[in-house]
Amino acid sequence: MLYREALNRAIDEAMRDDKSVVILGEDVGRYGGSYRVSEGLFAKYGAKRVIDTPIAELSIVGNAIGMAIGGLRPIAEIMTVNFSLLALDQIINHAAKFRYMSGGKLAIPLTVRMPGGVSKQLAAQHSESYETIYASIPGLIVFAASNPNYAYHALKKAIFLNDPVIFLEHELLYNQEGEVDFKAQIDPFKASIVKEGKDITIISYLKMVKDCKEAIEKIEKDLNIECELIDLNSLRPLDMETITKSVKKTKRAVIVEEDHKTGGFGAEVSARISEELFYDLDAPVLRIAGEDVPIPYNRKLELASIPTPDKIASKIALWAKENGL
Amino acid sequence: MNSARVKEFYYLMKLGREFELRAKEEYMKGNIAGFLHLDIGQEAVSVGSMKAFMKGDVFTHYREHVLAIARGMDPKAVMAELFGKREGVSKGKGGSMHLFEPKLGFYGGDAIVGGHLPIAVGCAYARKMEGENAGVFAIFGDGASNSGAFFESINIASAWKLPIIFFLENNYYAIGTHISWVSPFTELYNKVKNYMPAVRINGMDVCEVYEEVMRAKNYIENGLGPYFIEAECYRYEGHSMSDSGKYRSQEEIEIFKSKDPIENLKKRALSENLVEKSFFEETDRKVQNEIEEAVSFAQNAGEPEISELYEDLFCKECSNVVS
Ligand SMILES: Cc1ncc(C[n+]2csc(CCOP(=O)(O)OP(=O)(O)O)c2C)c(N)n1
Ligand SMILES: [Mg+2]
Repeated sequence: MLYREALNRAIDEAMRDDKSVVILGEDVGRYGGSYRVSEGLFAKYGAKRVIDTPIAELSIVGNAIGMAIGGLRPIAEIMTVNFSLLALDQIINHAAKFRYMSGGKLAIPLTVRMPGGVSKQLAAQHSESYETIYASIPGLIVFAASNPNYAYHALKKAIFLNDPVIFLEHELLYNQEGEVDFKAQIDPFKASIVKEGKDITIISYLKMVKDCKEAIEKIEKDLNIECELIDLNSLRPLDMETITKSVKKTKRAVIVEEDHKTGGFGAEVSARISEELFYDLDAPVLRIAGEDVPIPYNRKLELASIPTPDKIASKIALWAKENGL
Repeated sequence: MNSARVKEFYYLMKLGREFELRAKEEYMKGNIAGFLHLDIGQEAVSVGSMKAFMKGDVFTHYREHVLAIARGMDPKAVMAELFGKREGVSKGKGGSMHLFEPKLGFYGGDAIVGGHLPIAVGCAYARKMEGENAGVFAIFGDGASNSGAFFESINIASAWKLPIIFFLENNYYAIGTHISWVSPFTELYNKVKNYMPAVRINGMDVCEVYEEVMRAKNYIENGLGPYFIEAECYRYEGHSMSDSGKYRSQEEIEIFKSKDPIENLKKRALSENLVEKSFFEETDRKVQNEIEEAVSFAQNAGEPEISELYEDLFCKECSNVVS
């Protein structure tokens, strides 16, 4: 099943099971969603529950918060994370804080879905990854779906949680094929071990998980090492337990993210590892991240601005050699 | 309309049309990538407005190739930008949606819907403060007219009596959302009637666009405050190159195609004996040559070097500190 189909299925089942679930956003209804995630839902559930909004991100999220207070379970779709900046006030000052500010009296059962990342030559205003912003906000849950199985289970869980969830997707993953085990019991707050290994822990999320898999294939044979790959799944809360167990075993940690290096989410993960696992480490933490520039249009420059499987492989290989592997 | 004007309109609209058709072709070949928003069908708006608003500053959204060319940007440099080349107007860093040339007072392709409107208002403020009366021309779509940025801009420009023309291209769609689904009325100039003079015109008629923008220009130049024009128009192509098109009927597209701005201008010019027939043949040939030149320029232009990745991020002083 495709990643976008898994998301569609999760929404469809939630809407079928609970009449209070509604979706709203630009082009989500009659058009079927920019990335076809909501395809078919308008015909099935009608205009009252599948709401085509104007281009007004602040209102999309603000209205969704109000709907949540009014008794609905809204899923707001922001076309891409780039435009979510227009809704940032509603997300941060309102959704994230209402429960706490009200001494726990208010619940905001809200899911805000948005894809991000570098797609292909969409240039500076359409290529950002702002998870580092959302993951820094107390009061928000942040899920990052790297594959159809997690996408399906985590989205279903997010919809029925009684707190605001930022649900991050990646533009290049929508047409990725993957198994979905509908019966599986998946805890969306837990990181997953994508591949076990004893020498290096590689920590990643979203599309970079796929790039890491490719990179690992390249280096394992050459270097005669085994890499363990962790997919974080949930960025807030961060599953330090899984990270700790793995790093204690391998004694080496690499973090791979697509976002700009300065202040990227990897900085937080790296800091936590340094703080909590310093004496377990045999090597400094390696951070592989995007360059600190807006994403350029030209393809060559675009690829130079983000990690690719080749770059991940060569950076890890170099670092491994420098650190006695 | 005199004959010289009609000739100029025809030439620029044809140049714009052929540029876009060729850009589409080059996209299919893989020479252009990312989002490509074509202006085909809307040339009258781009050309009529830019020929009337010759001075001042222009702020636009991402559907802007023809507007840029009508403003005086070299089609070669625009095509090279679409190809992502260093000789492109934005050195290959911006692409189709981001064509900037301050020398021409041309700002944008801004690709955050509505995002350029408060900026245009601020620029109008600065120009007014500097005692310049040419003002600002801000162009945007029906979709943008639903954004908060739009309503804030209308209010501020009006409260401060700023020299700015708001030009709304109402092509009825924001990607796949029809304006009637998300606005209580579809004649959008109604949104601002209490703030400033606001009119609705036929955006498929280049002469009408030109005359109305001239009127607006005189109005803002006289320090009377902002002016609003809604032009009804239509894009024949999809929103961008990735568009299923399922949200509208072929019939609807045909209705607007029958009002084609280029064909109709030609017909009128011939029937009123304003322009001789040979002019059109010559112009079409000339346009074809220019497009060929633009494409071969773009093809032969150089790729930016990877070492240029960090260039253009800051001024010299800051760059030195940062690196
Ligand atoms: C703030 C923001 N939200 C959403 C988008 C995605 N988007 C790009 S163009 C567009 C439609 C704009 O329609 P309109 O203003 O009518 O201009 P047109 O494309 O018809 O020229 C949308 C929703 C965006 N670029 N920016
Ligand atoms: Mg439109």
